[in-house]
Amino acid sequence: MSSNPYSAPQLPDAHSSDFQPALNKRYKLDRFFEFLTWIATFVGLLVLMMLLYDVISDGASRLSWQFISSFPSRRPAAAGLLSALVGSIWLLCVTAILSFPIGVGAGIFLEEFAPDNFFTQIIEINIGNLAAVPSIIYGLLGLQVFSRIMRPITGGPSVLTGGMTLALLILPIIIVATRESLRAVPNSLRQGGFAVGATRWQVIRNLILPQAIPGILTGTILALSRAVGETAPLITIGALTFIAFLPPLSLEGLQTDFTALPIQIYNWVSRPQPEFHTNAAAGIIVLMVVLLTMNTTAVLLRNKFQKGRI
Amino acid sequence: MTNIANPTMISDSQPHLQEPALKMEGVSIFYGSTPAIREVYLDIPAHQITAFIGPSGCGKSTVLRCFNRTNDLIPGAKVTGNVFFRGVNLYSKKVDPVEVRRRIGMVFQKPNPFPKSIYENIAFGARINGYQGDMDQLVENSLRRAAIWDEVKDKLKDSGLSLSGGQQQRLCIARAIAIQPEVILMDEPCSALDPISTLRIEELMQELKEQYTIVIVTHNMQQASRVSDKTAFFNAEATEQGGKLGFLVEYDDTVNIFTNPKQDFTRDYVSGRFG
Ligand SMILES: Nc1ncnc2c1ncn2[C@@H]1O[C@H](COP(=O)(O)OP(=O)(O)OP(=O)(O)O)[C@@H](O)[C@H]1O
Ligand SMILES: [Mg+2]
Repeated sequence: MSSNPYSAPQLPDAHSSDFQPALNKRYKLDRFFEFLTWIATFVGLLVLMMLLYDVISDGASRLSWQFISSFPSRRPAAAGLLSALVGSIWLLCVTAILSFPIGVGAGIFLEEFAPDNFFTQIIEINIGNLAAVPSIIYGLLGLQVFSRIMRPITGGPSVLTGGMTLALLILPIIIVATRESLRAVPNSLRQGGFAVGATRWQVIRNLILPQAIPGILTGTILALSRAVGETAPLITIGALTFIAFLPPLSLEGLQTDFTALPIQIYNWVSRPQPEFHTNAAAGIIVLMVVLLTMNTTAVLLRNKFQKGRI
Repeated sequence: MTNIANPTMISDSQPHLQEPALKMEGVSIFYGSTPAIREVYLDIPAHQITAFIGPSGCGKSTVLRCFNRTNDLIPGAKVTGNVFFRGVNLYSKKVDPVEVRRRIGMVFQKPNPFPKSIYENIAFGARINGYQGDMDQLVENSLRRAAIWDEVKDKLKDSGLSLSGGQQQRLCIARAIAIQPEVILMDEPCSALDPISTLRIEELMQELKEQYTIVIVTHNMQQASRVSDKTAFFNAEATEQGGKLGFLVEYDDTVNIFTNPKQDFTRDYVSGRFG
């Protein structure tokens, strides 16, 4: 009995007997690897589900409008994460505004303009290395350079300092994502553009970028999601945990102290009272909603741009 | 002729018929340190069709790319010797490669339409080069001349990539014509076409040579003998390093190459008895 799923009807005997197809064995190997990949997916999902269940069962009851619209407090029942949520959103905007143009610009330069020589290869290797540097190192850099040396501009451990530190942190990721997306655009397209007398920038702007932008955006938003969840560098630069005001929406607002969701959560988790642990779980749910919203935006943006190009 | 904002040494006067449109003097081309083609001397007459033939990998495309400086875009590619376009050295410092490429158009071996609408595929090159005339008219004319208008006139907004391979190639030819170059370089433009479209392209080339100078690379001996006025036969020899080095074997009127070649090599190749 053959396990070949396409067994009936049988083909007439082959003319050449130089081949031993061993279909049974090959199909078995197929199913074996299918099973392995299924297990891998299942394990991943299971762990994720358990985490989600744990957090939601702990924190869902605490979620309320009061929780989202209140400032932190010493009494767990009155505490909320308004300043942390607003701080995170502020931070995200500053980070995005700083890192997107610099990262994409650097990516375009390195991929499309820079000659391939020893110098640019050194830069390339170093950018790869920077992406792997632990985030606390960026925090130390931010503390010294942005928070201390540049204090007159940044105002100390402020939103601006935090945003600049996080922007540095995700810059290598954005540069690498940009370069990968540009590299995926076939060279024949560039040649076609040059052959009709386009300059380098015209080729990039009109032919290459429209193809690469979905990938660039996806990479950027995933990098930003990473920035939103970062705790260590923010604590290192000296972000506060107890902020009972909202930064004003102005340039001075950039220089005010701030707190962010991961810091608030970290702070609540490290308190002894169990009520604060419930608050932390609820905070994690809010953080996850923010991340989920961002990732959905990434997918939607990508689909929109992919539909836009023909 | 449109005004050129960017001054170059290329003059705009009518070509003298005696003067070759393109001229190569001792041109050698390297990829990195590996030589790909050595010492080519070649005069390409204006308003005629010149065919490049020769076995695969002997460097025909490489030589062709020299004429519009697209070799500049390949990292490590190096050209030595002189290439003249109507008497002006294309590789002189004062010549702007972007302007060279508008004046010397190119159709590639593999069709590479832009991922834009059919209309935009034609209009793009004209627009970036500051075309002042009626764009709709230019698009229609270019598509008509490339023998593809009837097939696409009702779907100009569709993607250029939605066309069949042969249609894409004709779209690329239309795109090359649209910027009104003086020379059109064609790298096996018919290798993806059916016999009927091939015939149309060949008729088109006959028509175009009134206005343009055409250089075509082809593997099709019949095509070379049918359409071209002059034929250059390239071949490659093994080098000591184990690579292959291309060179020009013979260059003459097409009739002579196909009926009375001077080299035995050429005779064997055109009669299909090569190697
Ligand atoms: N971009 C490149 N980088 C390095 N070497 C190249 C490059 N393009 C071509 N070559 C080398 O140059 C030689 C000539 O290639 P070319 O493409 O000019 O041949 P061809 O005559 O056009 O061949 P075909 O008829 O198959 O198109 C080949 O040995 C090839 O390996
Ligand atoms: Mg070729």
